[in-house]
Amino acid sequence: MSTVTIIYAVLFYVATVVLVGGLAYKVYVFACTPAPLKIPTTPAPVTRLGVVGRMLREVTVFESLFKSNKWIWLFGILFHFALLLVLLQHLRYFTQPVWSWVVLEQPFGIYAGFIMVVGLLGLWGRRFVVDRVRYISNLSDHLMLALLVAIALSGLMMKFVFHTNIIGLKEFFLGLLSFNPQPLPADPVLLVHLALVATLMIVFPMSKLLHAPGVFFSPTRNQVDNPREQRHVAGWSASIHNPGGR
Amino acid sequence: MANFETPALREYPVIPLVHAGTMAHSKPFVAKPDLQKALGFPGELPENWEKQAVKKLGELVDESRALRVFLDSCVKCGACTDKCHYYLGTSDPKNMPVARQDLLRSVYRRYYTLSGRLFPKLVGARDMTKEVLDEWYSYFHQCSQCRRCSVFCPYGIDTAEISMAAREIMDSISVGQKYCNEIIGKVFSIGNNLGLPEPALRNTLDGLEEDVKDETGVDVKFPLDEKGAEVLVITPSADFFAEPHIDGLIGYAKVFHQAGIRWTLSSHASEAANFSMFIGSHENLHKVAFRIREAALDLGVKRIVVGECGHAWRVAYSFWNTLIGPFDFLDPRYPVPQHICEFTYDLIQRGALNLDKSANDDKVVTYHDSCNVARASRMGTMPGGQFIIPRAVIRASVNKFHDMEPGSIHESTFCCGGGGGLLTDDLMELRVKGAQPRMQALKHVVEDHGVNYLAAICAICKTQFAKVLPYYQFPMDMIGSVHGLVSKAIQLGTKE
Repeated sequence: MSTVTIIYAVLFYVATVVLVGGLAYKVYVFACTPAPLKIPTTPAPVTRLGVVGRMLREVTVFESLFKSNKWIWLFGILFHFALLLVLLQHLRYFTQPVWSWVVLEQPFGIYAGFIMVVGLLGLWGRRFVVDRVRYISNLSDHLMLALLVAIALSGLMMKFVFHTNIIGLKEFFLGLLSFNPQPLPADPVLLVHLALVATLMIVFPMSKLLHAPGVFFSPTRNQVDNPREQRHVAGWSASIHNPGGR
Repeated sequence: MANFETPALREYPVIPLVHAGTMAHSKPFVAKPDLQKALGFPGELPENWEKQAVKKLGELVDESRALRVFLDSCVKCGACTDKCHYYLGTSDPKNMPVARQDLLRSVYRRYYTLSGRLFPKLVGARDMTKEVLDEWYSYFHQCSQCRRCSVFCPYGIDTAEISMAAREIMDSISVGQKYCNEIIGKVFSIGNNLGLPEPALRNTLDGLEEDVKDETGVDVKFPLDEKGAEVLVITPSADFFAEPHIDGLIGYAKVFHQAGIRWTLSSHASEAANFSMFIGSHENLHKVAFRIREAALDLGVKRIVVGECGHAWRVAYSFWNTLIGPFDFLDPRYPVPQHICEFTYDLIQRGALNLDKSANDDKVVTYHDSCNVARASRMGTMPGGQFIIPRAVIRASVNKFHDMEPGSIHESTFCCGGGGGLLTDDLMELRVKGAQPRMQALKHVVEDHGVNYLAAICAICKTQFAKVLPYYQFPMDMIGSVHGLVSKAIQLGTKE
């Protein structure tokens, strides 16, 4: 087995452990940190079911962002939905036989790659053009966009310019999944693409990409507006005991 | 009038370009050591204050899911950058919500995240230094905790939570704001924000009874500490003598009178405001609120109604049940607490009040949604009742009413510019500039509909507007209480 194969096999095992372990840890910490007071941003749903609806609207159509800024919303939704289609399309490299709906999804996933680049460049462009957004952008914000754009472009390049040995790649990943590593095709564009993806996986749980799990734990969005009807206590407020009631 | 320029009011809202540092000089007076000690904070800056501040930050993050999620989740998308009235009025980029959060987030990243520990420059992480502390003191006292940014953030990040935490950290190392902390001290030592002792309060209320008797010929009572009353009214102490607040209090009294419901104020809990929320101190938040539970138990009332006060209604509606509940000793048929607008609205619905709208025909009214009522509480049973009910009370009392433009009312309402513990003369420039977006929307209804009365249900809004309206060439007496309108319209002696 070649050195390249060994390096990439280790890299992807490490990246997966960091991504899954890191996210699980973060979600655990979010879940364990108490929310001592009721702070939903109102008007807020008054039932649990209503909150589920609010959260679904937030994560599917980006409701608050739509209210806020149509350009960020447009580029944001293009990027996120294109990314979703691309990820689903990539399932074919990890499943054997390939599920039939993944087969049907292929053309959408492939062309979504272009949409993803459009969305990312739109978001990135705002960091230069809009002075307020330029002011708040750190180097890491630019690098994150650069990373995603590079992943998308290298992927598209393999599809449309320099075809890679996709059969060999799939054997490599199926091998990893069964803990029986197979040789990885030593194609430069592929190696770049994979290295960038592994980087993204490693960075995910320790960066602003935590907004993905974070939104579900945001008290201003996930709390039911019923403080009068139901006494809410957690953390420090759970240790309050008021004397003198009935 | 002052050493700064009042912002211009325009035809259309304009998002200003960034002008760094325009408000870097803005700082409220610092609290003296004895003020700090009275609230349980240290009086002097400890020697290793940097370490203590960082430690306190960690503790606060551990005990607040909101703070932790908000500090971790921001992607710097920019959605909030044009939403803060202080940014719109000052063009100082550190008044953009995300930049304000970053003042604290940068320190959090440095000490509590791997990326910030390893690559501080890359992710904008900073050591806790004197410069950082000074910046915190300046810009976390340029946030009125109005939550407008949290409405528009895709993750619901609420800068109010961040600024409360920052103020709490600063207090924990003795750096407190004079205005807020002096007021909280007065609540503990005297019983209300204004420092009005019981005899003076009783005197004021007796005077009001005489005034109303002279004006209407009717014996409307303003009871204090009356055991066995059905309703305890908790109202901001500004209602006892400030203009236009007092017209609101007279309105409440007339409503109770006509409805024939026995009510009382309490000298033990003669204050609805709870400034401890502004400084993020939950010990003091509980302590200030607890007087109300004591008063309710002592007076043996069945219901609690809260007067016109924005942040007090947030504390009462959202936090009381947690802080000073359960309210199993009160009548379960009514919500605890009830807003005075809910109370009056219910009576109107039942036909228990006789309101003559034409008594207010000299007024063309618009309504300012106060931020804490709009974005941090509710009235009635429906989401958004906090927008519907006060307007319904106004419309039952006046013939001419016009709302301001949609982007400036309901949950998008602009802060008056003086909320969140900033209603102090040492922050006058900030208050005037922060009022610009609200004043602009007001100007449009003044020009288009001849509006001459700006109704509000918040003591801070009322005081702030009375002060800043003249800067924008509006008369200062344009601002009034919602229950001031009810007070004019109600026909005493016809229903009782």
